[in-house]
Amino acid sequence: MQCPKCRGTMRTYDRNGVHIEQCEMCRGIFLDYGELEALTRMQNQYMQPPPAAPAAPAAPAPGWGAQQQHHHHYGHHRQKSVFHMLFST
Amino acid sequence: MNDGLLAELTAIGRAAGAAPDGEPVLLADRRGALVVRVGDLAVKAHRADKDPGELGARLRAAAHPALRDVLVVPLGEPARVAGRLVSVWPYGAAVSPDDPPWEEAGRILARLHALPADALDPPPPYWGGVGKAARTVGRLPGGPAATEIRRAFATLPGWLRGEAPPPPGTAIIHGDWHLGQLVRPPGQGWRLIDVDDLGWGDPAWDLARAAALFSAGVLPPDEWARFLGAYRAAGGRAVPGSGDPWTTLDIPARTLAIQIAATSVLYALDEGRPLDEFETALVDTCSRITRSEVGP
Repeated sequence: MQCPKCRGTMRTYDRNGVHIEQCEMCRGIFLDYGELEALTRMQNQYMQPPPAAPAAPAAPAPGWGAQQQHHHHYGHHRQKSVFHMLFST
Repeated sequence: MNDGLLAELTAIGRAAGAAPDGEPVLLADRRGALVVRVGDLAVKAHRADKDPGELGARLRAAAHPALRDVLVVPLGEPARVAGRLVSVWPYGAAVSPDDPPWEEAGRILARLHALPADALDPPPPYWGGVGKAARTVGRLPGGPAATEIRRAFATLPGWLRGEAPPPPGTAIIHGDWHLGQLVRPPGQGWRLIDVDDLGWGDPAWDLARAAALFSAGVLPPDEWARFLGAYRAAGGRAVPGSGDPWTTLDIPARTLAIQIAATSVLYALDEGRPLDEFETALVDTCSRITRSEVGP
């Protein structure tokens, strides 16, 4: 399937059980009938106050581990190199 | 060059029951492997340099009922096209880069690693990823980043540098795990794909990529904690049940940090650009690995 906006290739992604088509180029999203409602339902659940969870303990690193975190975002602003490292061989 | 092969894969997909309409979509064309989506099926031409006997055994293992809730199950027997094995699978939605299901990933790997030694009969071959770091480092050109990577590689145990036989396996492992190896076929939970390296090995290698990227400061600590925490909570055998996970993860994580650094240098070279911040972080990690072994 091609993106109606930029003609990029649309890939199917799973977001919490809802399949969405997202353009690899412009990151635009195509929803099938009913998917918007499914996402809205999930958002409403998400907005409910969560049960109190214990704070995750700080993860220990090996001696050669980095002292510094390199900040990045997935999705639209994600760094291509980070995507490569996490999603391919 | 791939057009003929693409047409053959599409025909195989249609013969396997894919809907006759709709254009085939190229999903992956990497390092000699080609994957095309045909309707609700995915058809893969495996790399030509894979040993057909071993690959056939890995594909047979993937079809075993014991792995039904872990792996996507292949449809039918693999075909042969121009000397390459071709396998057919149900298509599944990929992980969204915005929202990786780290807990599910940890749990599914724990399930795979929990399989007893006699679960698969015949047993699959030894896992196929042992020489990957050595091969990638071997392709590096000269230059300061490559030198740092080679120095770190030299500190790895001999069996990872092809100088000794690898230790015996203790579990069935995926062998090349990353987030791109998770899909969700319609009506099912998350499943693993790509069995080209599946086999006997140390299960710590399936956590190695995430461990390496966490150690390099690229994977945020909370995401690593979600992954490792869910893996441990599910009884995953790659790490001790409590206490320091790096007793078993250390060598696989070092190796993957070196391998990812080498891959990054090769990509940047290919694209004629300098290393970005994250790729540099991997090369810096190599320098720290070397210092931790041989001093500054």
